[in-house]
Order: sequence, then structure tokens, then C-alpha cells
Amino acid sequence: MSVEEKISKIIIDQLGVSAEEVKPEASFVEDLGADSLDLTELIMAMEEEFGIEIDDDDAQKILKVQDAIAYIKNKQ
Amino acid sequence: MSELTSTALVTGGSRGIGKAVAETLAREGFQVYLTYVSKPEEAEAVAAGINAAGGSARAFRLDVSDAAAVTAFFQEEIREKVTLDVLVNNAGITKDGLILRMKDDDFDRVLDVNLSGAFTCLREAAKLMTRQRKGRIVNITSVVGQMGNAGQVNYSAAKAGLIGMTKSAAKELAGRNVTVNAVAPGFIETDMTAKLTDEVRAAYIEAIPLRRLGQPQDIADAVAFLASDKAGYITGQVIAVNGGMYC
Repeated sequence: MSVEEKISKIIIDQLGVSAEEVKPEASFVEDLGADSLDLTELIMAMEEEFGIEIDDDDAQKILKVQDAIAYIKNKQ
Repeated sequence: MSELTSTALVTGGSRGIGKAVAETLAREGFQVYLTYVSKPEEAEAVAAGINAAGGSARAFRLDVSDAAAVTAFFQEEIREKVTLDVLVNNAGITKDGLILRMKDDDFDRVLDVNLSGAFTCLREAAKLMTRQRKGRIVNITSVVGQMGNAGQVNYSAAKAGLIGMTKSAAKELAGRNVTVNAVAPGFIETDMTAKLTDEVRAAYIEAIPLRRLGQPQDIADAVAFLASDKAGYITGQVIAVNGGMYC
């Protein structure tokens, strides 16, 4: 699976949204209905999936799906 | 995914209140994991007793004030091995003394075990429970955290801290169907209160409207209720089980 696919799967599992909703420009909070605990869980799921640590300052900048993809790609 | 065994983790489960809680939750049908620090024989005896009675229990040596050890324990023994449905933060110590004579270390140690230790366990449990969208956390606080007690500035501060932690965690985790409550025992017949002199004991009984010390089972029954399906709409509460000594 590509990074995009893996992240997409995490988001679908975690937020209970459909694959069509997970567009690169979608905002986790505004478009995908995430609350702060959802965001934390997303970050933790990504940490686990990709075997990395995402510090809190970085995590706060991950607002949209494309932010997450760019962040993970940059880390790898 | 196959069904993992529904499990209750009771910290400090070798004696006193923790032992009664472990035995009671086992009777309610949970597999019980109990932790101990100083009394391996007693902890193993509690687990063996539960197993002999048809329940299921294991004892683990775990110092809850060692955050790395707690995290490793959850990783090795809990995560993906069992379904953690219940956490009872019961492990506690006292190092009583008057303020003027209290050493930094006596204050810190009591906070480390009773409050920080409970937090570490709560955090690790919350990671699993939020994901499974189900969980019950019960923190054993104390009447002295509510009313204060001369000679226990450290213990009462830690126990009052647990009440604040309970309320905040309840709000934070409610959206994931995880309830967090506290049980506040009054004076209960345990090793901890056995140290009291007869005069002190008599003075305590004088202050208890029900005119007797409580039994560990009194606390265990409240914990079992909070852990049961019957208590699903109760969160962020402190259930005082104290014979009426503080209302």
C-alpha cells in the first residue's frame, strides 16, 4: 500500500467516513467531523502504522489529509 | 479478530481493599490481573484462590510509580492479549507525618505511587479503551482526600488529586463510552488501618455515624457496581463508602 492508501485507511477506520470523503484537501475537523480526541487517535494510529513519533507541535499542524500525507512522506 | 478474554486489572491486589476487589470482580466473571510490589506470596495466593474458586486470575509484579514498567506491562501483557474492560487504580502507600517534619521524599513518594502511578495506568488503559469504545475505570481515592486529615498531607493531596483526575478523565473519555469514577473509602479494616493505636481507632469509630469501621468487601461491592453494566450512565462521580463519616 502507498502512504496515501495507508493514511486513507487509518482515517476511514478512525473517523468512520467513506473513502470518497477522504480527499487531500479535506479538513479533519471541518469536513470529516473529527473532534480533538479523534485527532489524537489519528496521530497515534499514524505513529503506530509508520513506526515514527510525531511531536505535539508537528501534530497541531496536521489539519488536512494532505498535511498528513506530506508529513509522513517527509519523515520517511 | 478472535474474542479476547474480558479482563479487569486491579493494581495493588495482594491484600486489603485490592484483594477484595480482585476476588469480587472475578466472581462477577472478569478475568482478573492483579499487581503487587512487596508481597509476591500474598498476591499469588489471591490469584490461586480465585483460580481454585473457578475464576481466572494472574498476579504480576509491577511498581506503578515506574512509568516505563507500566507502559511495558501494558505492551507485553494487556495489549492484543486480553480485552481490558476494567481498570481499578487501587495501588497506594502511606508515609504519614506532620507537615513540619515531613521529608521531601515522603511527600514525593506518596504522590508518585498514589497519583502519578494511577495516571500512568489510566493513560495506558485509555489508549486501549477509547479504541474499543468501551471501558470502566475506577480510582480508589479516600475520605481523607475529601475532608483532609492531620498527619496525611501527602496522602490526602494525592487522593484529592485522584478526584480531580477522575472528573477530568470522565469528561475527556465520555465520548468513547469509557466511564471514570472514584470510590472514596472511609476507615476500612486493612493492614493500613491496623497500624492505628486503640485510642485512635476508638476516636475514629466515634466519628463514624454507623459506629464501625468498614470492611474491604464494602468497597469491593461499590467497585463491582461501577464496573457493571448497571452503572453505564454514571461517570465522573465519587462514591463515598464511609459509614456516613463525611457527607
